[in-house]
Amino acid sequence: MTAPREFHAARWNEPLVMQLGRPGARGQLFPAPEPEVAEAVGEGLIPAAVARKDRPQLPEITEFEAQRHYLHLSQMTLGMMGISLFGTCTMKYNSKTAEYAAQRPELAEVHPYQHPDTLQGVLSILHEFDQILRALSGMDQFVFQAGGGADAAYTMAAVARAYWADRGQLGQRTEMVTSIQAHPCNPATAAAAGFRVINLPLEEKGYPSLQALQAAVGPNTALVMINNPDDMGIYNPEIREWTKAAHAAGALIFYDHANFNGVMGKLSARELGFDACMFMLHKTFGAPKAGGGPAVGAYGCTAELAPYLPAPVVLERAGHYLLDHDRPKSCGKIREFWGNVPQVVKAWAWARAMGAEGIRLASDISVVANNYMDRKLAEIPGLQRSHDNIAVRRMEMTRWSLGPLKEETGVGTVDFANRMADYGIDPWWMSHEPWIVPEPFTPEAGELWSKEDIDAWIAVVARIAREARECPEKVRTAPHNQPVAQVKGEVFDDPARWAMTWRAFLRKHGAEAARGAA
Amino acid sequence: MASRPRAHPWMANSAPGVLEGMLAEIGAASVAEVFEQIPADHYRKAPLVLPPQLASELELRRELVARLRRNEDCERNLSFLGAGVWQHHVPAVVDEIVGRTEFLTNVWGSYQSDHGRNQAWWEFQSQLGALLNLDVVQLPVYSWGCAAGHAIRMAARITGRRKVLVPALSDPERLSVIRTYCEPPEMAGHIAVVTVAADPTSGRLDLADLRAKLGPDVAAVYFETPAYLGTIELGAAEIARAARAAGAETIVGVDPVSLGVLAAPGDWGADIVTGPVQPLGVHMNCGGGVGGFIASRDEERYVRQYNGFLVSIAPTAEPGQWGFGLASSHQTSYGAREHGRDWTGNSTYLWAIAGAVYMSLLGPEGFRELGNLIVARARYAQRLLAAVPGVRIVWPDTTFKEFVVNFDGTGRSVAEINDALRARGIFGGKDLSAELPALGQSALWCVTEVHSAADIRRAAQTLKEILQ
Repeated sequence: MTAPREFHAARWNEPLVMQLGRPGARGQLFPAPEPEVAEAVGEGLIPAAVARKDRPQLPEITEFEAQRHYLHLSQMTLGMMGISLFGTCTMKYNSKTAEYAAQRPELAEVHPYQHPDTLQGVLSILHEFDQILRALSGMDQFVFQAGGGADAAYTMAAVARAYWADRGQLGQRTEMVTSIQAHPCNPATAAAAGFRVINLPLEEKGYPSLQALQAAVGPNTALVMINNPDDMGIYNPEIREWTKAAHAAGALIFYDHANFNGVMGKLSARELGFDACMFMLHKTFGAPKAGGGPAVGAYGCTAELAPYLPAPVVLERAGHYLLDHDRPKSCGKIREFWGNVPQVVKAWAWARAMGAEGIRLASDISVVANNYMDRKLAEIPGLQRSHDNIAVRRMEMTRWSLGPLKEETGVGTVDFANRMADYGIDPWWMSHEPWIVPEPFTPEAGELWSKEDIDAWIAVVARIAREARECPEKVRTAPHNQPVAQVKGEVFDDPARWAMTWRAFLRKHGAEAARGAA
Repeated sequence: MASRPRAHPWMANSAPGVLEGMLAEIGAASVAEVFEQIPADHYRKAPLVLPPQLASELELRRELVARLRRNEDCERNLSFLGAGVWQHHVPAVVDEIVGRTEFLTNVWGSYQSDHGRNQAWWEFQSQLGALLNLDVVQLPVYSWGCAAGHAIRMAARITGRRKVLVPALSDPERLSVIRTYCEPPEMAGHIAVVTVAADPTSGRLDLADLRAKLGPDVAAVYFETPAYLGTIELGAAEIARAARAAGAETIVGVDPVSLGVLAAPGDWGADIVTGPVQPLGVHMNCGGGVGGFIASRDEERYVRQYNGFLVSIAPTAEPGQWGFGLASSHQTSYGAREHGRDWTGNSTYLWAIAGAVYMSLLGPEGFRELGNLIVARARYAQRLLAAVPGVRIVWPDTTFKEFVVNFDGTGRSVAEINDALRARGIFGGKDLSAELPALGQSALWCVTEVHSAADIRRAAQTLKEILQ
């Protein structure tokens, strides 16, 4: 087995930016108003009553010092510079070609209220990408307004509100049904939209039973929200019956396609009976995640739901693209403007670079690679697959448990995550709430990482499992080779000690700060 | 021998033989066998038809650039568009830092492995807190409208009341988002959105109307300074006092680039403060540069109601060393699902890093110079435009960077005027005639530090020519 690689992260002992610089230092100068401007407008343009009198307590540093400080911080960010098999997030290569294209002034310096005649390039990309997603899902219209997957779930809830209000049934259809294993954003956005949430438990096959769904849906159901496969890598083979059961109750059913990577090019949400679906462009479609956005949840639906979409929608008329704002039944805006357009452009670039053949191959690779990883992980004592009684091959990721190893050694999944970084491996994803198995972790290989990367990743897991038995304290006190030592979390829920700003830090920890923070 | 498809540059395991090797290791005869969970009749029947593959970087780049070149942009043209996205100078160092691959591609990591990003996030909160004079700042949400929506929901939970007062002269784009967040009347959680009239002589909030509408059922008053139409609210402290007297929260929207010259909202009674992050070093990005911040005093009644990520500084196991992590995180939807505070997820956190770099570059003097330059150039533009026959500034000398220009006296519509300007390489202000008919043929113009006096003279001169 490959030997884990020795690694030490950059450790700059970087001060806080507020601790840098000297009075009067400058990082950006602005010109004084031109003489003719000053002469025309005079002084005292801001009424004294609302003029700022204090000096904001900001750093005073040079341009180079700002650049150096933030370069140091970037160097103390592992990002995915090692090997990141961060499950549920489908880590992909983020094309620099697409990145640099999006930074060109023809996109970066474009205003969404420009006349559509001046936006034909970007509108042509949005329109073509809408067509690509329609082909992949069978839906009739996509919009990109949602700022992430959760926001696309919220879009679904808002569209459902408008749909049922238009039918005079919103007062009656007050419930959203989902699985306890669905991503938390589904129940959370439905609740924030005003729906009552019903969570179905998992049963012995690893998913809620059809009978449980049939019992839960009825005349009060507005919407069903479900992912498939789920984060344990289990595909619900009764999903066609689910869509039928939802429709039999008169309800809408939404496909959270967060886990699209293993089934892209193979399944069509529409053919399975769904009314709507969403894709995460910062995940499945190769746009960067940027530590949590800007992201895009592309939301698509059938023609029946399309009138309720948030405006605008991109239309094409005889080779000319336009923005349709005249949508009287629209659910209203989810977010200002039309979405994180540069991310849509990058996702379009990904889809164009992959093509249909590349997309199908990527789903093949991601599922085969996960099964290869499953096979290798099973050789490490102390690890256990979720629902180990289910012998079938999993999809593009598998939920694993360190439960047996934790019982044996006291070392758990958080300890592992901390320790992995010492080998240049990104801390793994554990699980969304609730934890269905003890000490969970969820690797996902996707199509980016090589077999050698996967082997190296597994070798690190095996090494840490050995350390858990031989020197558990070393794992529990990890990391040791990182920019900082283990962060002590007691302050995070203590109003007297948490500090979200430098101001609060000085107020609460002034004495310690004076001894030199960071 | 049939030629194999070439390996794809983004897929290591597309190299010849790799997939087959893994299949052999797992004892599967074919790829199809690995998909054993999916019933045969679930596979799509419609053939997947996509545009042809552009697997080479050469072809991909050519197509990208060819498409984008069909856009006109605000660098080659002279633009006076604002209204939620504004053209400001973006320092090159900001572009370098947000383009760093570590910051672009990270997903979460741990408090230690991604310490640098977490510190940058905290420095965003800290520096914005210094501009606002507030102790708690959350990492940004999707947009200013979303920030206002969350803030209103926070106020409703804090007060147990279900009505919010907003200015009648609100940005319809933001107001639409707010109405979405406030839920339709059929929902049990519906928050009634009631508008407060504007003083027709200044565009400012009509305090008499505000007082008449404040009552024991009002959760919050939301207003902006500078307001949607550019006006600086002189009665802000008075509005906050009136709201407080009625037991309502004061929620404010502010433009962070105004805070070098305008008083910090934490100093005049705002309870929850929101605003856009795009002005802090983010390109307009066709509207994809927006993000919204939420801030407040450091009181549990507020902190326990935030929906997203509150980054706190914290000690580490090494004495004297500090790291960062999430405070009060159990209340998020990640921890509490449908019982959490609204919801959170991917947001606009890269723009927090942009903002951190931007604020550190400007410093206190940079913000002061920037604010003074913007207000001077914007007032200069008002004077020059008002000198064009038939053109009138609706509320002169009350504004920061945006202002309303009325063209009724020209006999021409805003649409006609903007078409003529565009033909001459100028993007006129946002047309208000459909959304605010009472203002006649008016447009919202925006002037910032990127507009030189010569640019402004060119705009006025061009306007004069096309109106002749």
